Amino acid sequence: MTKRFRRRQLLAGGTALAATSFVTPVFGAPPEAQKITPDLVEAAKKEGKVTWYTSVDLALAEKVAKAFEAKYPGVTLRVERSGAERNFQRIGQEYASKIYNCDVVNSSDAAHFILWKRQGMLAPYLPEDVARDFPAEHKDPDGMFASWRVTVSPMAYNTKLVKADDAPKSYAELVDPKWSGKIVKAHPGYSGVIMTSTQQLARELGWPWFEKLAKQKVLQVQSATEPPKKLAQGERAIMADGGEYVVTELKAKGEPVELIYASEGTPLITGPSGIMAQAPNPNAARLFQAWSMTAEAQQLNVDVGALRSAHPRVKDRPDMRKFSEIKTMREEATVVADKADEIKAHYVKLFKV
Amino acid sequence: MKVRRVDLSLPIFIGIVVVLVVIIALPMGWLGVFAFSDKAGNATLANFVTLFSDPSFADPLVTTLIIAVSVSLICAAVAAPLAWLVARTDMPLARMVRTLIMASLVTPPFVGAVAWEMLAAPNSGLLNQFWRLVTGASSDEALLDIYTLEGLIFVIACYTFPYVFILLANALERMPGELEDASSMLGAGAWATARRITVPLALPTLLAGTLVAFLQALNLFGSPAILAIPAGFHTLTTKIWSLFEFPPKPELAAAAALPLLLLTVALLRTQALVLGRRGYAIVGGKYGPPRLIRLGAWRWAATAFAMLILSLPLFLPYLSLLNTAFSRVSSQIVGLDNFTLRNIRFTFWELSSTLPALRHTFFLAVSAATLGGLLALVIAYVVARRLIRGHRILAFLATAPLAIPGIVLGVGLFLAYTRPPLTLYGTLWILLIAFVTIELPAAYQQFSSAFHAVHPELEEAARMLGASRLRTLGDIVGPLLRSAAIATWCFIFVGVIRELSAAIILFTSETKVLSVLIFDLKESGDVGAIAVLSLTMVLITTVVIVAANRLVGRPAIGRLPTRIAG
Repeated sequence: MTKRFRRRQLLAGGTALAATSFVTPVFGAPPEAQKITPDLVEAAKKEGKVTWYTSVDLALAEKVAKAFEAKYPGVTLRVERSGAERNFQRIGQEYASKIYNCDVVNSSDAAHFILWKRQGMLAPYLPEDVARDFPAEHKDPDGMFASWRVTVSPMAYNTKLVKADDAPKSYAELVDPKWSGKIVKAHPGYSGVIMTSTQQLARELGWPWFEKLAKQKVLQVQSATEPPKKLAQGERAIMADGGEYVVTELKAKGEPVELIYASEGTPLITGPSGIMAQAPNPNAARLFQAWSMTAEAQQLNVDVGALRSAHPRVKDRPDMRKFSEIKTMREEATVVADKADEIKAHYVKLFKV
Repeated sequence: MKVRRVDLSLPIFIGIVVVLVVIIALPMGWLGVFAFSDKAGNATLANFVTLFSDPSFADPLVTTLIIAVSVSLICAAVAAPLAWLVARTDMPLARMVRTLIMASLVTPPFVGAVAWEMLAAPNSGLLNQFWRLVTGASSDEALLDIYTLEGLIFVIACYTFPYVFILLANALERMPGELEDASSMLGAGAWATARRITVPLALPTLLAGTLVAFLQALNLFGSPAILAIPAGFHTLTTKIWSLFEFPPKPELAAAAALPLLLLTVALLRTQALVLGRRGYAIVGGKYGPPRLIRLGAWRWAATAFAMLILSLPLFLPYLSLLNTAFSRVSSQIVGLDNFTLRNIRFTFWELSSTLPALRHTFFLAVSAATLGGLLALVIAYVVARRLIRGHRILAFLATAPLAIPGIVLGVGLFLAYTRPPLTLYGTLWILLIAFVTIELPAAYQQFSSAFHAVHPELEEAARMLGASRLRTLGDIVGPLLRSAAIATWCFIFVGVIRELSAAIILFTSETKVLSVLIFDLKESGDVGAIAVLSLTMVLITTVVIVAANRLVGRPAIGRLPTRIAG
């Protein structure tokens, strides 16, 4: 009881001191950085498989799986893709029943890792690349998790339905009645990207802005990976939120979609990865976690998936705006960790679903 | 010297009673306990106060009732004329129309909803694009909007009216022709005969069918989950499902499931009352088949009407699924420039969940059909031959799951089997129990009516010659019931493959089935893979049915009883 109380205090203190979202209580001496050793590869091969819960777009997730399997033949990677909030709920439900299916988890809602860490559900493991290259705000001091992916949740429009000059430039313009019935948006109850971005937008623009948006007859979908697809189909002209990387990939394939980085700023989404404490395949989990943080794997995320990376040696794609040139909103995972239920309830009240 | 062998029949029958009580009473008991408990497990009525005072629960309740009433009325209005045309007139291609309507039942409702989304989404929907092309309407206008309450009602009705149609067509066919002949001989015109003979005779069946449609719409999960959330509202089933979001509120889910359960029980009682009166439709003795009414010049117009109706659940949705499977973008008609095999490659070679899901689904469908079929066979035998005292309880238990909506059963099973002594959650067994339970009533009814057609004297002969009850069942009754058995097996198989509402609560990543995989793909909008998997699913189902029909030698699916579907 007192221990938990102290942790909470510590947590609150951490938020006040640091601007980063990743400050969680430090348990002890920082763990040692781990290399991918032949022993680890051998042990992983013995296990033969690893299950990866992720909320990243399915096509990209399967490409990552194929790349990993090609690099380490003999270890099969099973992708379990669903919205981050649904994955979070499923892992909780499975752990409550002592079912341990998940080896490595990646969530687009960084708050999940704060909660999992609090509950002792993560295993410490610090890959060499994370220890050596990742900036402090992208790794947990206890080595429980690190940012596997970074993206933003911008607006976007269909270039066949809206001229570039007419497209909204800001969130303020988005709630103009002329966009009524033309907007698609994803849901914070299913998507971690949207949960995170809703907290940031509510902080910057206030809930009254969401109230106006709710009156715009938005097409409500679930995952942040779906609005870009609805946009490409031409089902709606404007996307209010969704993964930047999915839009970029569709655009690269020649679909009529274009990104909008709003003048107020664009919600920033970091998606950490970590190993579950009860991972059924702990060695394969470590191998995948270590590989997925290497410059090579991170560059793949950018090249085939249009994600951003926390790894300083990874280069932005030429067809994407430089990350440093995007005005991003501040991410506050600790706030989301404590307020997620409140945010969801508020959202459901306004949007009815 | 004759050796008296031990007759194992009695212990086996008692064992079955125990199994039934456990698989039905356990989840329902936990459902009741949770509905009246708070988070800490103390007794409370707070869940029901929340349920009826919080608009986020009251609204879905009202919406669900609106949907159920509208769907049942639409189904009656469409199925009645269609059944009459098929069963009582000389409409050309009547047999084909009948087969196709039954075939449309193979489509899982959520697949139908996805297909209609591609057809009638206001902007990208193929039908709307076509309409704009023809009329020159601006890109803002739409003829149809599937993301509305009306759109959802339409889609549910599309996949519900076949149930009403089957009931009605069978009843119309079995109607004694002599009564109508007598009426016309006594000088009544065609209209008077219809009004005073045909309609009154068919009315109880129509009412019963309407109730079936009402129940379907009430308890359906798949179509609302696809269409209601984008449209910005919840139905009771999607609301129950959303209560499993984090932090899960199983108490509220259990409380919200109870009204659904009670309403279903009440309506089934009503249906039993209505159907109970059907006795007078077939008075007894052997009648000639009813006379076919000549439509004359209207013959082909009738066929056209039937085909038009059939385009809604069948032709249009499957065309759009095919289009989506092979098109680069689902909102474009497939042509040389955008034809692609990417979706097929992705689904079968890249998507790592496809093969496990196919394997699980196939395993569950085969074992549920076999085990459920055997269970239903034995229960029906015990009840029909009154082998043990209290056989009525057995009959009641076997039909009781009819009153349990899939999602409610899912919640109940989840509560019951996530704790000792039987921690089945996370295994395929919990899904097997769910599927057997859901399919048991229909399978039981199927066998029950089959037993009434087999005279007990053959069995008595076998018993006199020293065979045990089980041996009699295997050697005498089994072969006589071959066609009923195969029809039941197919029926359960099809039911399991398309089941979503219980599976969505009970699956884990290691026990994912095809329907859940399709549902997950929907969440992220991967429509290409959905189309490929849906077509695969329907293909498997069709192959199994055709093979079974070959075995039986006559259409097995035509004998399918109606049921409450997920």
